[in-house]
Amino acid sequence: MTVQTGIQPISAVRRVKDRLVQVLVYLAFALAVIPLVSVLWLVVKNGIGRLDMEFLTHSMRNIGARDAGGGAYHAIIGTLEQVLLASLIAVPIGLLTAVYLVEYGEGGRLSRTISFFVDVMTGVPSVVSGLFVLAFWILVLGMPFSGFAGALALSILMMPVVVRSAEEMLRLVPGELREASYALGVPKWRTIVKVVLPTAFTGIVTGVMLAVARVAGETAPLLLTVFITDSINNDPFNGPQMGLPLYVFDQAGRPTDTAIDRAWTGALTLILIVMLLNLVARLITWWRSPARRR
Amino acid sequence: MRRSAFRRSRGDGPFRFASTGAGVVLLAIMAAIGVFLVVKAVPALQANTSHFLTELTWQPNATEPVFGIGALAFGTVLSSLLALVIATPVAVGVALFISHYAPRRLASVLGYVVDLLAAVPSVVYGLWGVAFLVPFMLGPSKFLNDYLGWIPLFGGDTVVGKSMLTASLVLAIMILPIIAAISREVFLQAPKMQEEAALALGATRWEMIRMSVLPFGRPGVISAAMLGLGRAMGETIAVALIFPATFKITFQVLGPYGNSIAANIANGFGEATEVGRGALIASGLVLFLITLLVNMAARFVIARRKEYARAAA
Repeated sequence: MTVQTGIQPISAVRRVKDRLVQVLVYLAFALAVIPLVSVLWLVVKNGIGRLDMEFLTHSMRNIGARDAGGGAYHAIIGTLEQVLLASLIAVPIGLLTAVYLVEYGEGGRLSRTISFFVDVMTGVPSVVSGLFVLAFWILVLGMPFSGFAGALALSILMMPVVVRSAEEMLRLVPGELREASYALGVPKWRTIVKVVLPTAFTGIVTGVMLAVARVAGETAPLLLTVFITDSINNDPFNGPQMGLPLYVFDQAGRPTDTAIDRAWTGALTLILIVMLLNLVARLITWWRSPARRR
Repeated sequence: MRRSAFRRSRGDGPFRFASTGAGVVLLAIMAAIGVFLVVKAVPALQANTSHFLTELTWQPNATEPVFGIGALAFGTVLSSLLALVIATPVAVGVALFISHYAPRRLASVLGYVVDLLAAVPSVVYGLWGVAFLVPFMLGPSKFLNDYLGWIPLFGGDTVVGKSMLTASLVLAIMILPIIAAISREVFLQAPKMQEEAALALGATRWEMIRMSVLPFGRPGVISAAMLGLGRAMGETIAVALIFPATFKITFQVLGPYGNSIAANIANGFGEATEVGRGALIASGLVLFLITLLVNMAARFVIARRKEYARAAA
């Protein structure tokens, strides 16, 4: 056996393998970006043409199957109301659940069960949450199809996202802050309300906005609960409403070119709203948290 | 923080009650989903003149309702598995790219670009799929059929763009960011000491990754893939626009066949009668149970990994 001295050069086979994997990894990234670019490019190219004032201020009422014109005003109003109502339901429940998990749960059986089912709830398909609201709210309780029914379905999809992000943020609040508050004789609940929640506030807002962005684009639950209408309906508690994703689905299913054009413009509007929410949320995180990781 | 450490203040009880209550409400919702789906599914199942689990056709709106989950469940599972097979290798590559290959400064920005894929609403993918991917896939599908037709999956006489393969490709694009994001987090947690030790011993970057990062990350990648599988199964609108909505069990993914439970709900709801709605709810219950099982299994793997990571730290 000979003792080798000095540093041996890396053999050709190992070098080639290393390079090959590097190329594959770069290729994988390129492969993932291609569809994103393709989707965004097509949506902008096909959607920009109809993105005018008429589209943003008119509904589809009295617009015949083959007519041009018409807009998504009713759908934009519907989406805003539905998402707002969904947030009003999901944010308090989600936030309180996160508070329970972090401050009161103490790793007990209930907190572990809730934590597990929050994770499982993240995986509930959006169409199932729509079916649930259909079965429970509309068929069993006899409520009408409405924007509020859609908001209920969306809130089910929002809750686990809000819980997880809020929980993560609450855990980042240093224990010393809580202890300092307790040492001053402040009761636990006031410590949570006055010290813990304000400290985590921006993080929680970010999480909520990401959750809103996620549900704003959901179509399936709305299809089953909000129904479809071509008219403006400002009342989310009564009668069928429209939603922007639903509008895109509805128009895409119509056979004429003018309808397809409207679908693309609807898609562009929807993407702009969702991307804007995402971007603002990211900016808040990036801005407010100094080097959280790496 | 032990409770007994302080004297209870007056506001504490209600606040603790409210936050515990919120958690219990979450559990109740999960239970209610199951219960009410069953409640509304049972009457339709009783009206069914065929066997729900084995019947292939779907005519719940007829005077003598005949419907079964067979073909739909098959389509759901096949399209999701195909999507998983396509997406996982790419997603692992993307995750490695961001965690170990991309320049440090660019990594987080590039990671955000991949996350944007998840921000595109599913209906937009559907529109893109119908307008662009369906015609585009005709060529590659013909190629697969001509040269790899001896593989049953790519066999068959008719080749179309509106096929199971195209739908699976859209699903793959949609679950890719989920698998990539979780894998990336896991790869980033790989013990730095081991990586540096491997490099110090003269390993190339790939050898270091194969010896220290991949073994550490494997359970994480598996559970990420399962979460992606669950997501693919429940995906509705994008595939509802692409699937040709047939009720046939076949492995020929290039032909004009394909449907899924979720797509069938979206497409069939408009004209459903009372029994029809019940039937759709029954199919939704099956979907709920399948995704529940897949997700629980995935979470179980993750939970085990957490403990392992803590023990290793």
